[in-house]
Amino acid sequence: MNYLTEVVYLIASVLFILGLKGLSHPETARRGMHFAEIGMLMAIVGTLVSGHIVTWTWIITGVAIGSAIGAAMAIFMPMTAMPQRIALSHAFGALAAVLVGVNEYIEKGGHGELSNFLMSAIGFEVLFGALTVTGSLMAFGKLSELVKSAPITYKGQNFVNITLFFTAFGMFVYLIFFPYNPVIFYTMIGLSLLIGVFLVLPIGGADMPVVISLMNSYAGLAIAATGFAIDNKVLIIAGSLDGASGFILSIIMSQAMNRSFANVLFGAVGSSQVDAGNLAEERPITRVGIEDTKFILEQADRVVIVPGYGMAVAQAQHTVRELSDELDKHGIAVEFAIHPVAGRMPGHMNVLLAEANISYDQLLEMETINPTMDSVDVCIIIGANDVVNPAARTDKSSPIYGMPIIDVDKARTVIVMKRSMATGFAGIENPLFYAPNTKMLFGDAKKVLQELVAEFKK
Amino acid sequence: MQIELIYILILAGFVGFEVIRKVTPTLHTPLMSATNAISGISLVGSLVAAGSDNETAQILGFIAVTAATINVVGGFMITERMLKMFKKKEKK
Repeated sequence: MNYLTEVVYLIASVLFILGLKGLSHPETARRGMHFAEIGMLMAIVGTLVSGHIVTWTWIITGVAIGSAIGAAMAIFMPMTAMPQRIALSHAFGALAAVLVGVNEYIEKGGHGELSNFLMSAIGFEVLFGALTVTGSLMAFGKLSELVKSAPITYKGQNFVNITLFFTAFGMFVYLIFFPYNPVIFYTMIGLSLLIGVFLVLPIGGADMPVVISLMNSYAGLAIAATGFAIDNKVLIIAGSLDGASGFILSIIMSQAMNRSFANVLFGAVGSSQVDAGNLAEERPITRVGIEDTKFILEQADRVVIVPGYGMAVAQAQHTVRELSDELDKHGIAVEFAIHPVAGRMPGHMNVLLAEANISYDQLLEMETINPTMDSVDVCIIIGANDVVNPAARTDKSSPIYGMPIIDVDKARTVIVMKRSMATGFAGIENPLFYAPNTKMLFGDAKKVLQELVAEFKK
Repeated sequence: MQIELIYILILAGFVGFEVIRKVTPTLHTPLMSATNAISGISLVGSLVAAGSDNETAQILGFIAVTAATINVVGGFMITERMLKMFKKKEKK
Protein backbone atom coordinates (compact mmCIF):
# COMPACT_ATOMS: atom_id res chain seq x y z
CA MET A 1 0.00 0.00 0.00
CA ASN A 2 1.71 3.19 -1.04
CA TYR A 3 1.77 6.41 0.88
CA LEU A 4 -0.56 8.39 -1.38
CA THR A 5 -3.28 5.74 -1.25
CA GLU A 6 -3.12 5.79 2.55
CA VAL A 7 -3.62 9.57 2.57
CA VAL A 8 -6.57 9.26 0.21
CA TYR A 9 -8.13 6.60 2.46
CA LEU A 10 -7.63 8.82 5.50
CA ILE A 11 -9.42 11.73 3.82
CA ALA A 12 -12.21 9.38 2.74
CA SER A 13 -12.61 8.20 6.36
CA VAL A 14 -12.93 11.78 7.60
CA LEU A 15 -15.48 12.55 4.89
CA PHE A 16 -17.55 9.51 5.90
CA ILE A 17 -17.68 10.70 9.50
CA LEU A 18 -18.65 14.23 8.40
CA GLY A 19 -21.31 12.69 6.18
CA LEU A 20 -22.96 10.86 9.07
CA LYS A 21 -22.60 13.93 11.26
CA GLY A 22 -24.71 15.83 8.73
CA LEU A 23 -27.62 13.52 9.46
CA SER A 24 -28.11 15.15 12.84
CA HIS A 25 -30.49 17.59 11.14
CA PRO A 26 -32.55 17.43 7.93
CA GLU A 27 -31.06 20.76 6.82
CA THR A 28 -27.46 19.58 6.88
CA ALA A 29 -28.14 16.01 5.80
CA ARG A 30 -27.79 16.42 2.06
CA ARG A 31 -24.54 18.34 2.30
CA GLY A 32 -23.26 15.58 4.56
CA MET A 33 -24.14 12.94 2.00
CA HIS A 34 -22.19 14.85 -0.64
CA PHE A 35 -19.15 14.67 1.63
CA ALA A 36 -19.57 10.92 1.97
CA GLU A 37 -20.02 10.51 -1.78
CA ILE A 38 -16.83 12.45 -2.51
CA GLY A 39 -15.04 10.30 0.07
CA MET A 40 -16.24 7.13 -1.62
CA LEU A 41 -15.21 8.35 -5.05
CA MET A 42 -11.75 9.28 -3.77
CA ALA A 43 -11.27 5.89 -2.12
CA ILE A 44 -12.29 4.05 -5.29
CA VAL A 45 -10.13 6.13 -7.62
CA GLY A 46 -7.26 5.93 -5.14
CA THR A 47 -7.47 2.13 -5.21
CA LEU A 48 -7.69 1.94 -8.98
CA VAL A 49 -4.55 4.05 -9.52
CA SER A 50 -2.60 2.44 -6.68
CA GLY A 51 -0.87 0.06 -9.08
CA HIS A 52 -2.38 -3.14 -7.69
CA ILE A 53 -4.71 -3.58 -10.62
CA VAL A 54 -3.44 -5.62 -13.57
CA THR A 55 -6.65 -6.62 -15.39
CA TRP A 56 -9.67 -4.41 -15.94
CA THR A 57 -12.27 -6.60 -17.63
CA TRP A 58 -13.88 -7.95 -14.47
CA ILE A 59 -13.76 -4.63 -12.69
CA ILE A 60 -15.49 -2.75 -15.48
CA THR A 61 -18.13 -5.47 -15.93
CA GLY A 62 -18.82 -5.68 -12.20
CA VAL A 63 -19.06 -1.93 -11.71
CA ALA A 64 -21.34 -1.59 -14.75
CA ILE A 65 -23.73 -4.35 -13.66
CA GLY A 66 -23.68 -3.20 -10.03
CA SER A 67 -24.36 0.43 -10.97
CA ALA A 68 -27.26 -0.53 -13.22
CA ILE A 69 -28.91 -2.72 -10.57
CA GLY A 70 -28.21 -0.24 -7.76
CA ALA A 71 -29.58 2.71 -9.73
CA ALA A 72 -32.67 0.80 -10.83
CA MET A 73 -33.41 -0.22 -7.26
CA ALA A 74 -32.91 3.33 -6.02
CA ILE A 75 -35.16 4.90 -8.65
CA PHE A 76 -38.04 2.45 -8.80
CA MET A 77 -38.31 1.14 -5.26
CA PRO A 78 -41.39 2.64 -3.55
CA MET A 79 -40.86 4.09 -0.09
CA THR A 80 -43.14 1.49 1.50
CA ALA A 81 -40.68 -1.15 0.27
CA MET A 82 -37.70 0.56 1.87
CA PRO A 83 -37.26 -2.08 4.61
CA GLN A 84 -36.98 -4.81 1.96
CA ARG A 85 -34.42 -2.83 0.02
CA ILE A 86 -32.32 -2.20 3.10
CA ALA A 87 -32.48 -5.88 4.07
CA LEU A 88 -31.35 -6.84 0.58
CA SER A 89 -28.45 -4.42 0.63
CA HIS A 90 -27.22 -5.86 3.94
CA ALA A 91 -27.09 -9.18 2.13
CA PHE A 92 -25.06 -7.66 -0.73
CA GLY A 93 -22.63 -5.91 1.61
CA ALA A 94 -22.07 -9.07 3.63
CA LEU A 95 -21.70 -11.15 0.46
CA ALA A 96 -18.90 -8.88 -0.75
CA ALA A 97 -17.18 -9.27 2.63
CA VAL A 98 -17.48 -13.08 2.58
CA LEU A 99 -16.09 -13.34 -0.96
CA VAL A 100 -13.12 -11.08 -0.18
CA GLY A 101 -12.52 -13.24 2.89
CA VAL A 102 -12.64 -16.48 0.92
CA ASN A 103 -10.29 -15.04 -1.67
CA GLU A 104 -7.87 -13.94 1.02
CA TYR A 105 -8.00 -17.43 2.55
CA ILE A 106 -7.19 -19.08 -0.77
CA GLU A 107 -4.46 -16.63 -1.69
CA LYS A 108 -2.67 -16.36 1.66
CA GLY A 109 -3.24 -20.07 2.26
CA GLY A 110 -1.53 -20.85 -1.02
CA HIS A 111 1.54 -18.92 0.09
CA GLY A 112 1.49 -20.38 3.59
CA GLU A 113 0.93 -16.92 5.09
CA LEU A 114 -2.07 -17.56 7.33
CA SER A 115 -0.99 -16.22 10.70
CA ASN A 116 -3.22 -16.71 13.74
CA PHE A 117 -4.15 -13.05 13.60
CA LEU A 118 -5.02 -13.11 9.90
CA MET A 119 -7.05 -16.29 10.32
CA SER A 120 -9.02 -14.77 13.22
CA ALA A 121 -9.89 -11.80 11.03
CA ILE A 122 -10.88 -13.93 8.04
CA GLY A 123 -12.80 -16.36 10.22
CA PHE A 124 -14.75 -13.62 11.93
CA GLU A 125 -15.43 -11.97 8.59
CA VAL A 126 -16.88 -15.05 6.88
CA LEU A 127 -18.71 -16.27 9.99
CA PHE A 128 -20.60 -13.01 10.52
CA GLY A 129 -20.76 -12.23 6.82
CA ALA A 130 -22.34 -15.54 5.84
CA LEU A 131 -25.04 -15.46 8.52
CA THR A 132 -25.82 -11.87 7.57
CA VAL A 133 -26.23 -12.87 3.91
CA THR A 134 -28.88 -15.52 4.56
CA GLY A 135 -30.37 -13.75 7.59
CA SER A 136 -30.94 -10.61 5.54
CA LEU A 137 -32.33 -12.59 2.62
CA MET A 138 -34.79 -14.21 5.02
CA ALA A 139 -35.74 -10.80 6.39
CA PHE A 140 -36.18 -9.62 2.81
CA GLY A 141 -38.38 -12.63 2.07
CA LYS A 142 -40.53 -12.06 5.14
CA LEU A 143 -40.90 -8.32 4.53
CA SER A 144 -41.91 -8.82 0.91
CA GLU A 145 -44.20 -11.70 1.91
CA LEU A 146 -42.28 -14.24 -0.18
CA VAL A 147 -41.78 -16.19 3.01
CA LYS A 148 -44.53 -16.52 5.61
CA SER A 149 -44.00 -13.48 7.79
CA ALA A 150 -45.46 -15.09 10.91
CA PRO A 151 -42.89 -16.72 13.16
CA ILE A 152 -42.06 -20.27 12.17
CA THR A 153 -41.29 -22.32 15.25
CA TYR A 154 -40.79 -25.97 16.10
CA LYS A 155 -39.88 -27.93 19.17
CA GLY A 156 -36.24 -27.74 20.18
CA GLN A 157 -35.61 -24.77 17.88
CA ASN A 158 -33.43 -22.85 20.27
CA PHE A 159 -31.44 -26.00 20.99
CA VAL A 160 -30.80 -26.55 17.27
CA ASN A 161 -29.78 -22.92 16.75
CA ILE A 162 -27.45 -22.84 19.72
CA THR A 163 -25.85 -26.16 18.76
CA LEU A 164 -25.30 -24.91 15.21
CA PHE A 165 -23.80 -21.70 16.45
CA PHE A 166 -21.41 -23.38 18.85
CA THR A 167 -20.34 -25.90 16.22
CA ALA A 168 -19.52 -23.10 13.79
CA PHE A 169 -17.81 -21.14 16.53
CA GLY A 170 -15.79 -24.22 17.53
CA MET A 171 -14.60 -24.55 13.93
CA PHE A 172 -13.63 -20.89 13.94
CA VAL A 173 -11.49 -21.40 17.06
CA TYR A 174 -9.97 -24.56 15.56
CA LEU A 175 -9.05 -22.69 12.38
CA ILE A 176 -7.24 -19.96 14.30
CA PHE A 177 -4.73 -22.57 15.43
CA PHE A 178 -4.84 -24.89 12.41
CA PRO A 179 -5.73 -22.62 9.51
CA TYR A 180 -4.76 -24.93 6.64
CA ASN A 181 -7.93 -26.99 6.65
CA PRO A 182 -10.20 -25.91 3.78
CA VAL A 183 -12.82 -28.56 4.59
CA ILE A 184 -13.41 -27.06 8.03
CA PHE A 185 -13.26 -23.55 6.57
CA TYR A 186 -15.97 -24.14 3.97
CA THR A 187 -18.08 -26.23 6.33
CA MET A 188 -18.00 -23.32 8.75
CA ILE A 189 -19.28 -20.99 6.02
CA GLY A 190 -22.02 -23.49 5.16
CA LEU A 191 -23.10 -23.75 8.79
CA SER A 192 -23.06 -20.00 9.13
CA LEU A 193 -25.34 -19.67 6.11
CA LEU A 194 -27.74 -22.11 7.77
CA ILE A 195 -27.61 -20.20 11.06
CA GLY A 196 -28.70 -17.05 9.26
CA VAL A 197 -31.81 -18.81 7.94
CA PHE A 198 -32.67 -20.44 11.25
CA LEU A 199 -32.07 -17.26 13.21
CA VAL A 200 -34.70 -15.26 11.32
CA LEU A 201 -37.20 -18.10 10.80
CA PRO A 202 -38.86 -17.71 14.23
CA ILE A 203 -39.00 -13.92 14.10
CA GLY A 204 -42.29 -12.30 13.15
CA GLY A 205 -43.02 -9.35 10.88
CA ALA A 206 -43.49 -6.89 13.73
CA ASP A 207 -40.01 -7.62 15.10
CA MET A 208 -38.33 -6.90 11.77
CA PRO A 209 -37.06 -3.44 12.82
CA VAL A 210 -34.78 -5.15 15.33
CA VAL A 211 -33.64 -7.80 12.87
CA ILE A 212 -32.83 -5.25 10.18
CA SER A 213 -30.86 -3.13 12.65
CA LEU A 214 -29.02 -6.17 13.94
CA MET A 215 -28.12 -7.28 10.42
CA ASN A 216 -26.91 -3.75 9.73
CA SER A 217 -24.59 -4.10 12.68
CA TYR A 218 -23.34 -7.55 11.63
CA ALA A 219 -22.70 -6.40 8.07
CA GLY A 220 -20.63 -3.54 9.50
CA LEU A 221 -18.64 -5.88 11.71
CA ALA A 222 -17.96 -8.17 8.75
CA ILE A 223 -16.65 -5.19 6.77
CA ALA A 224 -14.45 -4.10 9.68
CA ALA A 225 -13.07 -7.66 9.89
CA THR A 226 -12.35 -7.48 6.15
CA GLY A 227 -10.26 -4.41 6.91
CA PHE A 228 -8.19 -6.49 9.34
CA ALA A 229 -7.88 -9.34 6.84
CA ILE A 230 -6.58 -7.20 3.99
CA ASP A 231 -4.86 -4.62 6.19
CA ASN A 232 -7.00 -1.72 5.03
CA LYS A 233 -7.81 1.00 7.53
CA VAL A 234 -10.64 2.74 5.69
CA LEU A 235 -12.58 -0.55 5.77
CA ILE A 236 -12.08 -0.79 9.52
CA ILE A 237 -13.34 2.75 10.04
CA ALA A 238 -16.34 2.48 7.69
CA GLY A 239 -17.19 -0.95 9.13
CA SER A 240 -17.04 0.38 12.69
CA LEU A 241 -19.33 3.29 11.80
CA ASP A 242 -21.79 0.89 10.19
CA GLY A 243 -21.55 -1.54 13.09
CA ALA A 244 -22.05 1.20 15.68
CA SER A 245 -25.02 2.56 13.77
CA GLY A 246 -26.73 -0.81 13.55
CA PHE A 247 -26.01 -1.49 17.19
CA ILE A 248 -27.50 1.81 18.39
CA LEU A 249 -30.58 1.34 16.22
CA SER A 250 -31.07 -2.21 17.53
CA ILE A 251 -31.00 -0.92 21.09
CA ILE A 252 -33.45 1.88 20.32
CA MET A 253 -35.80 -0.55 18.57
CA SER A 254 -35.61 -3.18 21.32
CA GLN A 255 -36.31 -0.59 23.99
CA ALA A 256 -39.23 0.80 22.04
CA MET A 257 -40.70 -2.69 21.88
CA ASN A 258 -39.97 -3.44 25.51
CA ARG A 259 -37.85 -6.42 24.55
CA SER A 260 -34.29 -7.53 25.07
CA PHE A 261 -32.11 -8.64 22.16
CA ALA A 262 -32.18 -12.19 23.44
CA ASN A 263 -35.95 -12.06 23.67
CA VAL A 264 -36.32 -10.96 20.06
CA LEU A 265 -33.91 -13.62 18.80
CA PHE A 266 -35.07 -16.53 20.91
CA GLY A 267 -38.50 -15.49 22.15
CA ALA A 268 -40.58 -15.87 18.98
CA VAL A 269 -43.31 -13.67 20.45
CA GLY A 270 -46.32 -13.39 18.21
CA SER A 271 -46.44 -17.12 17.57
CA SER A 272 -49.20 -17.43 20.13
CA GLN A 273 -51.56 -14.91 18.58
CA VAL A 274 -54.62 -14.54 20.74
CA ASP A 275 -57.85 -15.05 18.88
CA ALA A 276 -59.15 -11.54 18.52
CA GLY A 277 -62.59 -10.27 19.24
CA ASN A 278 -63.83 -12.57 22.00
CA LEU A 279 -63.66 -9.92 24.65
CA ALA A 280 -64.23 -7.10 22.27
CA GLU A 281 -67.98 -6.83 21.97
CA GLU A 282 -68.71 -7.29 25.66
CA ARG A 283 -67.72 -3.83 26.79
CA PRO A 284 -69.39 -0.73 25.43
CA ILE A 285 -67.56 1.43 22.94
CA THR A 286 -68.53 4.80 21.55
CA ARG A 287 -68.83 4.95 17.80
CA VAL A 288 -68.57 8.15 15.83
CA GLY A 289 -69.45 9.05 12.25
CA ILE A 290 -67.70 11.22 9.67
CA GLU A 291 -69.83 14.33 10.26
CA ASP A 292 -69.40 14.23 14.03
CA THR A 293 -65.68 13.72 13.63
CA LYS A 294 -65.51 16.85 11.52
CA PHE A 295 -67.50 18.71 14.17
CA ILE A 296 -65.15 17.55 16.94
CA LEU A 297 -62.08 18.53 14.92
CA GLU A 298 -63.44 21.99 14.14
CA GLN A 299 -63.72 22.74 17.85
CA ALA A 300 -60.06 21.87 18.42
CA ASP A 301 -57.04 24.14 18.59
CA ARG A 302 -54.41 21.45 18.68
CA VAL A 303 -54.68 18.09 16.92
CA VAL A 304 -52.15 15.27 17.10
CA ILE A 305 -52.17 12.47 14.55
CA VAL A 306 -50.65 9.13 15.53
CA PRO A 307 -49.89 7.05 12.45
CA GLY A 308 -49.21 3.33 12.63
CA TYR A 309 -48.22 0.75 10.10
CA GLY A 310 -51.89 0.29 9.23
CA MET A 311 -51.79 3.74 7.67
CA ALA A 312 -48.90 2.75 5.43
CA VAL A 313 -50.58 -0.52 4.47
CA ALA A 314 -53.69 1.39 3.43
CA GLN A 315 -51.42 3.83 1.47
CA ALA A 316 -53.26 6.58 3.31
CA GLN A 317 -50.35 8.97 3.95
CA HIS A 318 -51.29 11.32 1.11
CA THR A 319 -54.88 11.52 2.31
CA VAL A 320 -53.56 12.20 5.82
CA ARG A 321 -51.65 15.13 4.35
CA GLU A 322 -54.84 16.47 2.76
CA LEU A 323 -56.62 16.26 6.10
CA SER A 324 -53.72 18.05 7.74
CA ASP A 325 -53.96 20.78 5.08
CA GLU A 326 -57.70 21.19 5.70
CA LEU A 327 -57.16 21.51 9.45
CA ASP A 328 -54.39 23.98 8.78
CA LYS A 329 -56.84 26.11 6.76
CA HIS A 330 -59.11 26.20 9.80
CA GLY A 331 -56.23 27.50 11.90
CA ILE A 332 -55.83 24.24 13.81
CA ALA A 333 -52.29 23.22 14.75
CA VAL A 334 -51.49 19.70 13.50
CA GLU A 335 -48.63 17.57 14.71
CA PHE A 336 -47.66 13.96 14.12
CA ALA A 337 -46.55 11.78 17.01
CA ILE A 338 -44.28 9.01 15.83
CA HIS A 339 -43.46 5.94 17.86
CA PRO A 340 -40.00 4.48 17.14
CA VAL A 341 -41.48 1.18 15.95
CA ALA A 342 -44.41 2.66 14.03
CA GLY A 343 -43.03 1.37 10.73
CA ARG A 344 -41.18 -1.71 9.60
CA MET A 345 -37.73 -0.25 10.18
CA PRO A 346 -36.24 2.64 12.18
CA GLY A 347 -37.53 5.97 10.89
CA HIS A 348 -39.74 4.35 8.27
CA MET A 349 -42.88 6.30 9.22
CA ASN A 350 -41.03 9.62 8.96
CA VAL A 351 -39.94 8.82 5.41
CA LEU A 352 -43.48 7.84 4.40
CA LEU A 353 -44.90 11.08 5.80
CA ALA A 354 -42.11 13.16 4.29
CA GLU A 355 -42.88 11.57 0.93
CA ALA A 356 -46.47 12.75 1.33
CA ASN A 357 -45.08 16.28 1.67
CA ILE A 358 -45.59 16.69 5.38
CA SER A 359 -43.11 19.17 6.81
CA TYR A 360 -40.46 17.50 8.96
CA ASP A 361 -40.90 19.96 11.82
CA GLN A 362 -44.44 18.60 12.27
CA LEU A 363 -43.04 15.12 12.93
CA LEU A 364 -42.49 14.76 16.66
CA GLU A 365 -40.90 11.95 18.61
CA MET A 366 -42.66 10.18 21.40
CA GLU A 367 -40.45 11.75 24.09
CA THR A 368 -41.14 15.25 22.79
CA ILE A 369 -44.89 14.96 22.50
CA ASN A 370 -45.77 12.94 25.61
CA PRO A 371 -45.21 15.72 28.20
CA THR A 372 -47.56 18.00 26.24
CA MET A 373 -50.27 15.43 25.66
CA ASP A 374 -52.70 16.90 28.26
CA SER A 375 -53.02 20.07 26.20
CA VAL A 376 -54.02 18.19 23.05
CA ASP A 377 -57.67 18.65 22.12
CA VAL A 378 -58.06 15.80 19.68
CA CYS A 379 -55.79 12.86 19.01
CA ILE A 380 -56.44 10.87 15.83
CA ILE A 381 -55.05 7.37 15.74
CA ILE A 382 -54.68 5.87 12.30
CA GLY A 383 -53.83 2.20 12.10
CA ALA A 384 -51.87 2.11 15.34
CA ASN A 385 -52.74 -0.10 18.28
CA ASP A 386 -50.09 -1.50 20.61
CA VAL A 387 -48.00 1.69 20.61
CA VAL A 388 -50.94 3.64 22.10
CA ASN A 389 -52.11 0.94 24.51
CA PRO A 390 -52.30 2.45 28.02
CA ALA A 391 -52.09 -1.08 29.48
CA ALA A 392 -48.35 -0.70 28.94
CA ARG A 393 -48.42 1.92 31.72
CA THR A 394 -51.07 0.54 34.05
CA ASP A 395 -51.59 -3.20 33.71
CA LYS A 396 -48.73 -5.17 35.25
CA SER A 397 -50.06 -8.44 33.86
CA SER A 398 -50.01 -7.19 30.27
CA PRO A 399 -47.25 -8.60 28.06
CA ILE A 400 -46.45 -5.09 26.90
CA TYR A 401 -46.24 -3.67 30.43
CA GLY A 402 -43.36 -1.18 30.60
CA MET A 403 -43.22 -0.55 26.86
CA PRO A 404 -42.91 3.15 26.10
CA ILE A 405 -46.12 4.33 24.46
CA ILE A 406 -47.58 7.56 23.14
CA ASP A 407 -49.89 8.77 25.91
CA VAL A 408 -52.85 9.45 23.66
CA ASP A 409 -55.33 8.64 26.43
CA LYS A 410 -54.34 11.93 28.10
CA ALA A 411 -55.74 13.95 25.21
CA ARG A 412 -59.18 15.46 25.70
CA THR A 413 -60.75 13.44 22.89
CA VAL A 414 -59.31 10.41 21.13
CA ILE A 415 -60.56 9.29 17.73
CA VAL A 416 -59.45 5.82 16.73
CA MET A 417 -59.64 4.94 13.04
CA LYS A 418 -59.68 1.22 12.77
CA ARG A 419 -60.85 -1.46 10.41
CA SER A 420 -62.42 -3.56 13.18
CA MET A 421 -61.98 -4.40 16.83
CA ALA A 422 -59.13 -6.83 16.05
CA THR A 423 -56.07 -6.72 18.28
CA GLY A 424 -52.63 -5.56 17.16
CA PHE A 425 -49.54 -7.62 16.38
CA ALA A 426 -49.01 -8.60 19.97
CA GLY A 427 -52.62 -9.82 20.17
CA ILE A 428 -53.32 -7.72 23.23
CA GLU A 429 -56.59 -6.18 24.26
CA ASN A 430 -56.46 -2.37 24.23
CA PRO A 431 -58.38 -0.60 27.06
CA LEU A 432 -58.03 2.69 25.19
CA PHE A 433 -60.92 1.70 22.92
CA TYR A 434 -63.30 1.54 25.88
CA ALA A 435 -62.19 4.74 27.57
CA PRO A 436 -64.91 7.40 28.01
CA ASN A 437 -62.99 9.98 25.97
CA THR A 438 -62.40 7.58 23.06
CA LYS A 439 -64.55 7.47 19.95
CA MET A 440 -64.22 4.71 17.38
CA LEU A 441 -64.39 5.51 13.68
CA PHE A 442 -64.57 2.17 11.86
CA GLY A 443 -63.60 1.58 8.26
CA ASP A 444 -60.67 1.42 5.88
CA ALA A 445 -58.26 4.20 6.89
CA LYS A 446 -57.91 5.64 3.42
CA LYS A 447 -61.63 5.62 2.65
CA VAL A 448 -62.57 7.15 5.98
CA LEU A 449 -59.95 9.86 5.59
CA GLN A 450 -61.13 10.66 2.06
CA GLU A 451 -64.69 11.03 3.30
CA LEU A 452 -63.51 13.24 6.14
CA VAL A 453 -61.53 15.48 3.78
CA ALA A 454 -64.58 15.69 1.48
CA GLU A 455 -66.71 16.67 4.48
CA PHE A 456 -64.30 19.52 5.25
CA LYS A 457 -64.34 20.70 1.65
CA LYS A 458 -68.16 20.93 1.60
CA MET B 1 1.75 -3.61 13.76
CA GLN B 2 -1.65 -5.24 14.18
CA ILE B 3 -2.25 -3.52 17.50
CA GLU B 4 -2.49 -0.30 15.53
CA LEU B 5 -5.48 -1.70 13.62
CA ILE B 6 -7.19 -2.55 16.89
CA TYR B 7 -6.61 1.03 18.07
CA ILE B 8 -8.33 2.25 14.92
CA LEU B 9 -11.26 -0.13 15.39
CA ILE B 10 -11.90 0.95 18.95
CA LEU B 11 -11.48 4.67 18.35
CA ALA B 12 -13.61 4.57 15.19
CA GLY B 13 -16.25 2.67 17.17
CA PHE B 14 -16.34 5.48 19.73
CA VAL B 15 -16.55 8.17 17.08
CA GLY B 16 -19.32 6.22 15.37
CA PHE B 17 -21.22 5.84 18.61
CA GLU B 18 -21.04 9.57 19.41
CA VAL B 19 -21.89 10.72 15.88
CA ILE B 20 -24.77 8.32 15.39
CA ARG B 21 -26.29 8.99 18.80
CA LYS B 22 -26.85 12.57 17.60
CA VAL B 23 -28.62 11.55 14.40
CA THR B 24 -32.22 12.73 14.59
CA PRO B 25 -34.71 9.81 14.78
CA THR B 26 -36.57 11.41 11.85
CA LEU B 27 -33.63 10.43 9.66
CA HIS B 28 -33.05 6.89 10.92
CA THR B 29 -34.05 5.29 7.63
CA PRO B 30 -31.74 7.53 5.57
CA LEU B 31 -29.05 6.81 8.19
CA MET B 32 -29.39 3.13 7.51
CA SER B 33 -29.19 3.49 3.77
CA ALA B 34 -26.26 5.90 4.15
CA THR B 35 -24.26 3.51 6.33
CA ASN B 36 -25.11 0.83 3.79
CA ALA B 37 -23.61 2.93 1.04
CA ILE B 38 -20.56 3.72 3.14
CA SER B 39 -20.03 0.08 4.03
CA GLY B 40 -19.90 -0.50 0.28
CA ILE B 41 -16.30 0.63 0.83
CA SER B 42 -15.54 -3.11 0.80
CA LEU B 43 -15.52 -2.36 -2.92
CA VAL B 44 -11.88 -1.30 -2.59
CA GLY B 45 -10.94 -4.79 -1.39
CA SER B 46 -13.07 -6.39 -4.09
CA LEU B 47 -11.46 -4.24 -6.80
CA VAL B 48 -8.00 -5.50 -5.90
CA ALA B 49 -9.20 -9.11 -6.09
CA ALA B 50 -11.07 -8.63 -9.39
CA GLY B 51 -8.10 -6.84 -10.91
CA SER B 52 -5.50 -9.45 -9.97
CA ASP B 53 -3.98 -11.99 -12.37
CA ASN B 54 -5.44 -15.02 -10.58
CA GLU B 55 -8.54 -16.55 -12.11
CA THR B 56 -10.29 -17.63 -8.90
CA ALA B 57 -9.65 -14.21 -7.38
CA GLN B 58 -11.05 -12.56 -10.50
CA ILE B 59 -14.32 -14.47 -10.30
CA LEU B 60 -14.79 -13.99 -6.55
CA GLY B 61 -13.73 -10.37 -6.96
CA PHE B 62 -16.13 -9.81 -9.84
CA ILE B 63 -19.14 -10.96 -7.80
CA ALA B 64 -17.94 -8.93 -4.81
CA VAL B 65 -17.44 -5.83 -6.98
CA THR B 66 -20.96 -6.19 -8.37
CA ALA B 67 -22.52 -6.62 -4.91
CA ALA B 68 -20.55 -3.74 -3.37
CA THR B 69 -21.28 -1.42 -6.30
CA ILE B 70 -25.01 -2.08 -5.92
CA ASN B 71 -24.69 -0.82 -2.35
CA VAL B 72 -22.53 2.19 -3.13
CA VAL B 73 -24.53 3.45 -6.12
CA GLY B 74 -27.95 2.33 -4.90
CA GLY B 75 -27.29 3.38 -1.31
CA PHE B 76 -26.22 6.93 -2.07
CA MET B 77 -28.91 7.44 -4.70
CA ILE B 78 -31.74 6.29 -2.47
CA THR B 79 -30.43 8.29 0.48
CA GLU B 80 -30.45 11.40 -1.69
CA ARG B 81 -33.93 10.56 -2.92
CA MET B 82 -35.19 10.26 0.64
CA LEU B 83 -33.44 13.35 1.95
CA LYS B 84 -34.93 15.41 -0.88
CA MET B 85 -38.37 14.59 0.51
CA PHE B 86 -37.66 16.07 3.93
CA LYS B 87 -38.86 19.61 3.43
CA LYS B 88 -39.93 22.32 5.76
CA LYS B 89 -43.20 24.03 4.98
CA GLU B 90 -42.78 27.70 4.22
CA LYS B 91 -45.24 29.62 6.39
CA LYS B 92 -47.28 31.95 4.33
